[in-house]
Amino acid sequence: MTALRFTRDHEWIRLEGDLAVVGITDYAQSQLGDVVYVELPEIGRWVEKGKEAAVVESVKAASEVYAPVSGEVAEVNEAIAADPAKVNADPLGDGWFIKLRLADPKELDGLLDEDAYKRFVEEQR
Amino acid sequence: MSGWSPAASVRPVKDLLGPSETITGNRGLQLEEKLIFEQDSPGHCGVDLPEPAPFRCRLGGLERQGAIGLPGLSEPQIVRHFTRLSQKNYAIDTGLYPLGSCTMKHNPRLNEKLARLPGLADIHPLQPVSTVPGALELIDTLAYWLKTLTGLPAIALSPAAGAHGELCGIMTIRSALEARGDRRSRVLVPESAHGTNPATAAACGYAVDPIPANGSGRVDRAALEAKLGLDVAALMLTNPNTCGLFENEIHEIAAAVHATGAFFYCDGANFNAIVGRVRPADLGIDCMHLNLHKTFSTPHGGGGPGSGPVALSSNLAPYAPLPWIIHGPGGLELIEQREGPAEHVLGRLKGFHGQMGMFVRALAYMMSHGADGLRQVAEDAVLNANYLRTRLEDDISLSFPGACMHEVLFDDRFLKDSGITTLDFAKALIDEGYHPMTMYFPLIVHGAMLIEPTETESKASLDQFIGVVKGLAAKAQSGDPSRFSNAPVLTPRRRLDETTAARKPVLRWRPDPAQREAAE
Amino acid sequence: MRYLPLTERDRGEMLAAIGVDSIDALFADVPQAARLDGLLDLPRATGEIEVERQISRMAARNVAAGSAPFFVGAGAYRHHIPAAVDHLIQRGEFLTSYTPYQPEISQGTLQYLFEFQTQVALLTGMEVANASLYDGATACAEAVMMASRVTGRRKAVLSGGLHPHYREVCETYARFVGFEITADDPAPGRQGVAPLVDRDTSCVVVQNPDFYGEVRDYSGLARICHDAGALLVVVVTEILSLGALRPPGEMGADIVAAEGQSLGNALNFGGPYVGLFATRDKFVRQMPGRLVGQTVDAEGRRGWVLTLSTREQHIRRERATSNVCTNSGLCALAFTIHLGLLGEAGLTRLARLNHAAAVDLAERLERVPGLHLVNRAFFNEFALRLSRPAAEIVETLASRGVLAGVPVSRFYPGQEKLSGILLVAATEMTTADDMDRLEQGLREVLS
Repeated sequence: MTALRFTRDHEWIRLEGDLAVVGITDYAQSQLGDVVYVELPEIGRWVEKGKEAAVVESVKAASEVYAPVSGEVAEVNEAIAADPAKVNADPLGDGWFIKLRLADPKELDGLLDEDAYKRFVEEQR
Repeated sequence: MSGWSPAASVRPVKDLLGPSETITGNRGLQLEEKLIFEQDSPGHCGVDLPEPAPFRCRLGGLERQGAIGLPGLSEPQIVRHFTRLSQKNYAIDTGLYPLGSCTMKHNPRLNEKLARLPGLADIHPLQPVSTVPGALELIDTLAYWLKTLTGLPAIALSPAAGAHGELCGIMTIRSALEARGDRRSRVLVPESAHGTNPATAAACGYAVDPIPANGSGRVDRAALEAKLGLDVAALMLTNPNTCGLFENEIHEIAAAVHATGAFFYCDGANFNAIVGRVRPADLGIDCMHLNLHKTFSTPHGGGGPGSGPVALSSNLAPYAPLPWIIHGPGGLELIEQREGPAEHVLGRLKGFHGQMGMFVRALAYMMSHGADGLRQVAEDAVLNANYLRTRLEDDISLSFPGACMHEVLFDDRFLKDSGITTLDFAKALIDEGYHPMTMYFPLIVHGAMLIEPTETESKASLDQFIGVVKGLAAKAQSGDPSRFSNAPVLTPRRRLDETTAARKPVLRWRPDPAQREAAE
Repeated sequence: MRYLPLTERDRGEMLAAIGVDSIDALFADVPQAARLDGLLDLPRATGEIEVERQISRMAARNVAAGSAPFFVGAGAYRHHIPAAVDHLIQRGEFLTSYTPYQPEISQGTLQYLFEFQTQVALLTGMEVANASLYDGATACAEAVMMASRVTGRRKAVLSGGLHPHYREVCETYARFVGFEITADDPAPGRQGVAPLVDRDTSCVVVQNPDFYGEVRDYSGLARICHDAGALLVVVVTEILSLGALRPPGEMGADIVAAEGQSLGNALNFGGPYVGLFATRDKFVRQMPGRLVGQTVDAEGRRGWVLTLSTREQHIRRERATSNVCTNSGLCALAFTIHLGLLGEAGLTRLARLNHAAAVDLAERLERVPGLHLVNRAFFNEFALRLSRPAAEIVETLASRGVLAGVPVSRFYPGQEKLSGILLVAATEMTTADDMDRLEQGLREVLS
């Protein structure tokens, strides 16, 4: 598995072949509380780096999931639409949101690596 | 309170009859009550009506086919049903609501009596205006009182609630700007503001630019001034603010806002702190909504109806929504069209004329108190809140030191390392017989607890509340989280599963065997 | 002062506990120039006797609907409210309770709102309803905004038969919130919206019975809308009509926005009223306003909570579906109780009584020279075309003690072809004597 990268909005991204898998981090799901609903984009939609790609709702909050990089939505995780609890249970695995066909792999370079993200989260607390 | 306290040998409720141990599931006066749909006697009715004589049906062939599905019950069953439901509710009539920014004051019953006078309740908004001069007079009198209290020369009366009033205010501001050819794109909103403020600004097509608070809980004036510019339409400020503090730099802020040609909107939710002692116009405010159901005692009714009139400066008055009641040559006139003095109005925000039922109640309240009584309201509200602050600041964490206005803000620092959250603390208050304070608002402190006692609480009531909060704070810090995480245990229902309610919404009863089973 | 429990002694003790000399010290943050030293120029505190005298004097200047033959409708209707309704809504636990954000101590409110939501869904023939909005007109505007969100389109088409206040509120919201309204000509009998539907249309809004009382089947229009990817919004201003008529849900409506005033709520000179809002399950997360959902508590017992709140302003802030905060709680309760008392049998009979009264009145008035009935069909309100301007006739009859209805020119002044149209409503409260006096009055003024 290739290395995970992170954003300051608490999304993670991981390359799988020529697709990039995107989800929200464990810190994000713990802040949100029980996820009750997700809104996923349509397949084929173009998303821009830093702009809204999906919405995740808990009982007390609703949050945008921003695209860490630009690209075309190749797949969405219907399993979390059917069972939003997966986002809480396994945010980095089964709780993935979307898979993007990357426009520009160099956009990954600007993102935080695992240590940098860990430090960032510590600062939040 | 007489000084009675339970003997040490009394066992907690949980040791006694559990929920499954009465035959009915009832617990004394706490009675279980099914839905009306589950008590249907088909064909039955609680209203006796004659059957009409035969007539030629002229519904154009569009008669309903098939049943609607409504249950039939007699009057005794309906009265018992809703009486039992009412007994499951906490209310101002029951006890103190320490809810910050809600102003849960006593609802005088005179207001209810007068709102039901046939000459006020049984008049139609569209009957000839010549047949309702008293209605126009009442509305005009209410307007006069509100204009005098705010110092602003005009008032838009149609908004149906506070949030609706905010919408009216921002729409009026945008109309005034557009009328002078000035299209601005941003509205400044403090981070401590109530969520309706940014929602309103966004709804009116403005980008919302948040302003942080400074270390003393007020809006950061330097940050605000840095964000002002010719593209800012308005500042939306709450004063006193949502931390219960008076914005002491308000004159400077108003000057800065006006210097750029922007408007100064004030969210008047906290007017109870200053009514009769300060006029918003004297603070430089151009536009302020009032909550008749907060400051002016109209009942909260379990969530509404409210009324949110908006006081306006002379620059904004021409754009106020329809209808208008003005002093014409022949007396009071109702203006319902965009013409004459009202040709620049922003339009209509609601059907008919406004929340007349709430106008009657608010006017009765104001007339009862008078100028002296209203000033006393603000003073007692501020006194009560500061008394709570003084007596509780050693037990729970006061967010901003020093005097507060009509409400006082605490946060969850005193719960650190206890394993107990603000939510748990609030739920434990319920078992003590209180509605919780406002929680997690404003967002600028962690685990906020905002307490507003209002002026209609007696000193004895405050002392009892203080004793309970002190006691709970001590228990929270002495390491017994289960009392808090399980709370409440004595209420008609324990904590409810809000997650499942949102994941699998069941938003109505259905005549479906599966849902009926799930319910039992 | 009777509403202020603190005594002077209390105040003294509390100031001492706080550590200040006077209350003025607690207002020190107020800029000096803004402090009011004395009292504002308003009357002083007044006892109940005098307040009642003053407000009763104002009330006595008005002609109450019950005191004269009364035919005024046009979006608000005079109906009988059973005595039990007003007693029950005045129970302090309903009247003086707050929004049910703490469900453990608000099951009363939450349960009746769940019953209300069910009643509204059943009446309208829709799948889900919210816990009410301010009134029918704002519910209509919210429906148009919701249609925009659902379809991603910005253009709404309004029928000419939509209540003019509802159209005006939509136009206000359109101007500021950023969508477009095309409103069809308000001539009675006109069905002009179908040709206006295209692939940019978010919704079509019709009213049934319409502003002139006309009753129609909108199933065909629903198909036209759906073929174009638009939603059909049906407005109902006289909710009692659904006790007799085919509901919008069975005509293919996607959203119903209605006024609930006719059940449980007095005329009150226009407010407070109660907006009803219903839609299909698939759109539930786009629905504005509060929603009550069923769940269980920690002991597994059925209970209710506010749910799907993350759409609302207090959580999503600038991304909220709307800025609506309150519902019309106590008015919704009155509706629920009244409809609970009526039940299926009572509501359908009450609707028959209303229609019968209107039919009786129409048959009498059709024999009066100088007017003719515009409607082919109606429920409890219809439009008459008079041979002279209706506004003058209404004033003349008012001076003779008959409240004859609403002249359409009150909404559309300066529109010549509408100046002769009078809207006349009859309900279960209309007596034969009332009808005699209206018939007689019209014969006199039109001869």
